[in-house]
Amino acid sequence: MPDALALILALVVLAGTLAAAVSEASWASEAVVAVVGAALLVVLGALSPSQAWDALGDLAPTAAFLAALLVLAEACRRAGLFDALGTWLAAGSRGSPSRLLALVFGVAAVVTAVLSLDATVLLLTPVVLATALRLRTAPRPHVYASAHLANSASLLLPVSNLTNLLAFHASGLSFARFAALMAAPWVGVIAVEWAVLRRTFRADLRRKGRPRPRMRREPLPRFAVAVLALTLAGFCLSSLAGIEPLWVAVAGAVVLSLRVRATPVEVVRAASPEFVAFVLALGVIVAAAAVNGLTDAVEALLPSGEALPQLLLTAAVAAVLANLVNNLPATLVLVPVAAAAGGEGAVLAVLVGVNVGPNLTYTGSLATLLWRRVLRGEDEGTSLPEFVRLGAMTVPAGVIVAVVLLWAGLQVGG
Amino acid sequence: MSGGVRALVWIGEGSWEATVDAAAALLPPDAEIELLHVAFDAETFVRAGRRGLLGRHPHRVGGSESPDPVSTATEEEAAALLADAAARLGRDATRTARRGRAQDEVLDAARDADVLVLARGGEPDHLGPKSVGHAERFVLDHASCAVLLVRG
Repeated sequence: MPDALALILALVVLAGTLAAAVSEASWASEAVVAVVGAALLVVLGALSPSQAWDALGDLAPTAAFLAALLVLAEACRRAGLFDALGTWLAAGSRGSPSRLLALVFGVAAVVTAVLSLDATVLLLTPVVLATALRLRTAPRPHVYASAHLANSASLLLPVSNLTNLLAFHASGLSFARFAALMAAPWVGVIAVEWAVLRRTFRADLRRKGRPRPRMRREPLPRFAVAVLALTLAGFCLSSLAGIEPLWVAVAGAVVLSLRVRATPVEVVRAASPEFVAFVLALGVIVAAAAVNGLTDAVEALLPSGEALPQLLLTAAVAAVLANLVNNLPATLVLVPVAAAAGGEGAVLAVLVGVNVGPNLTYTGSLATLLWRRVLRGEDEGTSLPEFVRLGAMTVPAGVIVAVVLLWAGLQVGG
Repeated sequence: MSGGVRALVWIGEGSWEATVDAAAALLPPDAEIELLHVAFDAETFVRAGRRGLLGRHPHRVGGSESPDPVSTATEEEAAALLADAAARLGRDATRTARRGRAQDEVLDAARDADVLVLARGGEPDHLGPKSVGHAERFVLDHASCAVLLVRG
């Protein structure tokens, strides 16, 4: 098959897969569409079976890592971690919206870094919302903070975001070095979010809420917190001991799942096998596009080298692409090119773009919004314009601050 | 006009006490009072956040994740706030809980009212447009009835 035709075919399959993923239509599970699409590309010759096999083998450890993290987060939920965090936020705020916002920032930043953005979006944000309501303070600042930090606070660790896991695997960085280089950008982005949110919502934050007498602080589940702490320590020490961090995550997930007496069926459900299949198939589809010319196009777009202007441009391209096609495909396309062209600095700059960039919209990408509107005629509801305004204020500043700090870190520790 | 003045009192989390006090002090005794609360459309927001995850959440199949804690908290707290407001008002009042974009819901609810009572929502200490909140400003611009703007 000619390259151009194969590329077009791969891009069409990619578009169809993403459309299925965002449409939530029951007749088109994204995993089925992705797997069928990937198989189709191999059958039609856009990708040879051995190339497809290589792509799968390359992604398999990352997919397994992700599954382990999802199981770990679900076990934490079952252990009562998130409900306890809610009461802890309520008690700690003593009815002050400003104090609540500060606590939400702290909790969301840590939960995102340790348990990944999935945990913050799925498990923490609803708890934050319920807490704000129970304290009778305007919920918007706190909910937006949680939703924003799910993306922007996902820079710190390889486990904080699926995009990080993909890049971590491709870049060959150790867990500890990844964290060391990303610590300053992580703090920088959170500081930008803090400044913007405090300013945007100062009217809401000025009005005192009222702590309910019946809100009592529940103790954090000690066993779950201890397992998380040990898992984290294990991640950092894994490279010294020569163990794959994947096995640390698996160990943590197994121990905590046993503790909360999750049945095997529940563990498998928590691991989202459908999503893991989706990621693997997506990797094959992107590989088909990559070998047939997408990599060349991206190489032309990405600068080579690790000076500050190049890193800024790399992050900007990544942020734009993440908003066009969602951050997962963007990462799959960009990371190998960045690793070849610029090394670890360029890979981490890509991550800054694909992680912070999606805050422009709260659905992950503009494409998600447009597709939903086209496919389902659905309006995205009431809070969208406000969220986009907030994103427009935080994303450019956050990306720039994070890249400058990343660059400074590379100079010091390079 | 039969009966008294029809008054709609829009109460919000941070400013409901000031709004209710103003309504109690300034509305005529025979006014028909409706207390309105519009909740933040949290479900849409939480659902939309999940979409960016491209399907990596285990609870989607069948969509039978009940009861939804966010929805429960939203309903309970709206009802509790309206009850507290009614108690503070100390007069007969109907209570309405709505959900959605605040300015649209308030304007819709105020169509048959003679007077709308609402808090400024912004920063009263700031001179200029910021002294009235965004949604409140929209309501002021488009309300078809008289409006009583409360500092709170």
